[in-house]
Amino acid sequence: MATARVVIVGAGPAGVRCAQTLVAAGFRPILIDENRRDGGQIYRRQPQGFTRSYATLYGTEADKARDLHESFEHLRAQIDYRPDTLVWNLTPGQLCCVSQGEHSTVDYDALILCTGATDRLMPIKGWQLGGTYSLGGAQIALKAQAVSIGHRVVFMGSGPLLYLVASQYLKAGANVAAVLDTSPLGKRIKALPKLMARPRLLFTGMKLLAQLRQAKVPVHLGISPLQVLGEADSGVSGVQVQTARGETLTVACDAVALGYHLRPETQLADLAGCLLRFDEASSQWLLATDDAGRTSVSGIYAAGDGAKIRGADAAECAGRLAALALLQDLQQPVDAAQVAEQHRALKLMDEFRVGLAQAFPWPAEQAKALPDDAIVCRCEMISAGELRRTVSEKGACEVNRAKAFSRVGMGRCQGRYCAQAGAEVIAAAAGIHVQEVGRQRGQAPVKPLSMLTREVTP
Amino acid sequence: MTMNKADVVIVGGGLMGSAAAFFLRQRGRSVILLERDQIGQYASGVNFGNVRRQGRFLGQLELANRSWALWKRLPELIDDDLEFIASGHMRVCYREDEIAELEAYAAAPEAAQLDLKIYRGAELHERFPFLGKDVKGGSYAPHDGHANPRLAAPAFARAARRLGARIEEKTEVAEVQKVGDGFSITTTDGRQFSAAQLLITAGAWGEKLSAQFGEPVPLETNGPQMAVTEPVPYALPTVIGVYTKIPEEVIYFRQIPRGNIIIGGGYRSKPDMLNRRAYVEPRSILNQLDQMRRLVPGIGNLNIIRVWSGIEGYLSDSLPVMGPSGTVDGLFYAFGFSGHGFQLGPGVGDVMAELISTGSTRTSIEPFSIRRFAPSAEQRSKAS
Repeated sequence: MATARVVIVGAGPAGVRCAQTLVAAGFRPILIDENRRDGGQIYRRQPQGFTRSYATLYGTEADKARDLHESFEHLRAQIDYRPDTLVWNLTPGQLCCVSQGEHSTVDYDALILCTGATDRLMPIKGWQLGGTYSLGGAQIALKAQAVSIGHRVVFMGSGPLLYLVASQYLKAGANVAAVLDTSPLGKRIKALPKLMARPRLLFTGMKLLAQLRQAKVPVHLGISPLQVLGEADSGVSGVQVQTARGETLTVACDAVALGYHLRPETQLADLAGCLLRFDEASSQWLLATDDAGRTSVSGIYAAGDGAKIRGADAAECAGRLAALALLQDLQQPVDAAQVAEQHRALKLMDEFRVGLAQAFPWPAEQAKALPDDAIVCRCEMISAGELRRTVSEKGACEVNRAKAFSRVGMGRCQGRYCAQAGAEVIAAAAGIHVQEVGRQRGQAPVKPLSMLTREVTP
Repeated sequence: MTMNKADVVIVGGGLMGSAAAFFLRQRGRSVILLERDQIGQYASGVNFGNVRRQGRFLGQLELANRSWALWKRLPELIDDDLEFIASGHMRVCYREDEIAELEAYAAAPEAAQLDLKIYRGAELHERFPFLGKDVKGGSYAPHDGHANPRLAAPAFARAARRLGARIEEKTEVAEVQKVGDGFSITTTDGRQFSAAQLLITAGAWGEKLSAQFGEPVPLETNGPQMAVTEPVPYALPTVIGVYTKIPEEVIYFRQIPRGNIIIGGGYRSKPDMLNRRAYVEPRSILNQLDQMRRLVPGIGNLNIIRVWSGIEGYLSDSLPVMGPSGTVDGLFYAFGFSGHGFQLGPGVGDVMAELISTGSTRTSIEPFSIRRFAPSAEQRSKAS
C-alpha cells in the first residue's frame, strides 16, 4: 500500500538513498531535514551563490557528492521535501516540527531516522577557551562558508576526520600548525588486515597523510593531550601535549580543532523508545537494529551514521536497505538481488568500521587522567573534580544520577558533546566499566526550542 | 549478619521518607528506609522546586509554617546545600474579581505569618515591570522562595545515614503485614524486615500499600510538565505563578542565580506506570510558551533546552494522606501530596517523627487523615 505515510528524517546520503528507493517503489515520502540544503554533513552543499567546484569542495569524493546531489534533484518533484525543519520531539505516530519559528505536526505510519552523527569529544584542560572547535565544526566552517577557524590551526584527536579536515584546510590555503594524533602507529599496523576490507579508502587515507607530510606539516602520533593554552579574554594561544617519547611539546596556534571520530545522533530514536545497545568495538551506545535497520519499535527504522558509524558509503547502502526493509514489512515486492547487494557491501564496511576503531581508539584513559580543574561540561562549566565528587561523596555511579547532582549534560548541548566523556570520568572514579554507568536518557527538545515558537493554525 | 529490625521501617525514599528518617534519628529511633528505585527519583526530584506557602489550603499553613522554619535552618540543619533562596513569591491574576480572592486569602488569620501584600494597577507594574499588561493584580509573599528538588531528598537521606539510619535503595517491598505488636515487611528479593512501627511514604504508590491494610484511597497519578531555558543574566529573583481557575492558564516560573529559568504548569500527562516513566506532552510545552509570552512579554528569543516530567500522586480532594492509620496501630502514612509536597517536605518529616515517637503532634494535620476516605458507617451497613 503506497498510501502509508512514510517520513524520513535527514537528507544526507542515507536519507536521500532511502527516499530514492521508496520513490522507485511508488511511494511519495516526506523528507524532513534540519539543513537548508540536502547533502547532510559530508556532502554538505555550499549556500546559494557560492561557486566552488565539486573538486574543490569534496576532493576525492567529488563524484559521489555530485551523484548524490543529482539524485536528490531528480527526486524533488516526487517527494515532499521540508528543509530547514527541526523535528524537536515526537509521540507515537506524530512528529513535532519547527521551521522558522512555526510549529507543526507530521503524522507517520513509518519513520526512517537518518539523523547522522556529530563529533565524539574528549575534554582537555582549557577546551572551553574561544578558538576551540570540533573537527566537524571546523569542516563545516570551511565547506559552508569558506572560512578557516583561525590563522594558525592545530588539529588534534584521532580518527580519519583528523587527517581529512587537516588536509582540506591545507588545500584551502590555511596555515596548519600541526596534526597531533593520540593513536600510536602500532595500533594502525595491527588494524591493517581489517582496514584492507576497503583498500581504496585506506589508500586515500594514506595519501592525505603523505600530502600533509609533503607540505611539512608536523604530524605527531601517539601523543597525550595536556592542555589548550590561552586566556579567557583572548582565547586559544597554543596547545601542549606529551609526545610518544615523553617530551612536552608546545605548538602555538590561535585555533584548535578536536575530535575522536563520531557519535550517533540518537535523540529522536531514544524519545521514541527505541532500544540502544553498548557496542564493544567503538565503546559507545548505538541503536539496537537488525541488519536491515529495523529498530526495536515497530514502524521505526534507522540508517546511516545515526544508527552505526560506518561513513557515507555505508550510509547510502543502509538508506536503501532500510527502505527495502520497510517495503518488505508493508508486503511490497522487493528485489532480492538488490537487498543482497547492499548486505554484501555493508559487510565489508562493517569490517572496516571495526578496523578504524582499532586503529584510532577512543581514548578512554584520558578521562581518568583529566585534571580535577579541567572542564567536562562546557555548557554548564562543570569540572572533572566536581563530577568525581558526585561519585565519591554522593554515591552517584549512574550517569543520569550524576547528571542530576552535578549538572553534567544539563546544558544547551544536552550532553551530546560531554556525556560520553562524563561517563568515562564517572566509570573511572567508581572503578567500574563504562557500560555499567549507563547512558544519559534523551529528553526533548532534540535541539533548543525558541520561546517565540508559535503553532501554525491550519 | 545484618539485623533487619528497627524501631521504624519507612517504605518510600522520597523527600517525605528521607526527611522522616532524618528527624526520627534525631529523636533517637532506629530507622530502616526501603526505596524501590533511587532516593528522590520520582515526585520529589522532578517537581518545580517551589518553597511556597501562599495559596495553600488554609488548614495546611500551620504545617507549611513549621516546614518553612526548617527550610530557614538549611544548610546547617543537614549540612548540605539545597540551593534554597527565600526570594519572595508573587501570585498574580488576570481578572479583577480574582484580586478580591487574593485579598481574602491574605486577610485570613491562618496566613498572618506570610506577611502577604496585595499589588494592583500602577504599583504592581512599577514593582514588577516585566509582567504583561494582562496581569491585573497579585499577592506578594516576601518570605517564600525556591530550592533545587533534585538535591533535596538525597541530601536528607545522606544526613539521616550520617546519623545512623539504614537506607536501602533498589529494595522493593512485596508485602507488608501486621504481625503481633509489629510489622513484617517482605521485599521482592526475599529479605524480611521487621519493625514496631511502619511509615508509608510511597508517594504515587502509597495507595497500593494502604490498600494492603484495608484502607484504599482515591489516588491518581499525574506527570508534571517542566521546562528550562538556557541561562541568561539573573534578573528575575521572585518566583511568579498565575492564580486562575482555567487549567491552561496555570504557569509558574523561577530563575536560578546561574541564569536558567525553570517553567512549569498547564496540562499534566498520564505516566506510564508499568515502566515508571512519565513524559512531557508536546502540547504542554507549546501552551507554556504561549502562557509565558502572555505573562512576561519580554521573554523574547530564549530557548527551551530541556523538558521533563515525573510521577506524582494526587488524591481526589488534592490534599495528602498524612497521619496515623485509621485501623492499624503503629502504622502511619504520609503520601499523595498532590503536586504541592516539596515545601512541606522537611515539616512532614519532622511532624511524622514527632507523631511516631511521642504519639501526638503539636501541629494540626487532622484534615489529611486517611479516615476521610473510610466508608461511613451508613455505607458500611449498606454494603453488608
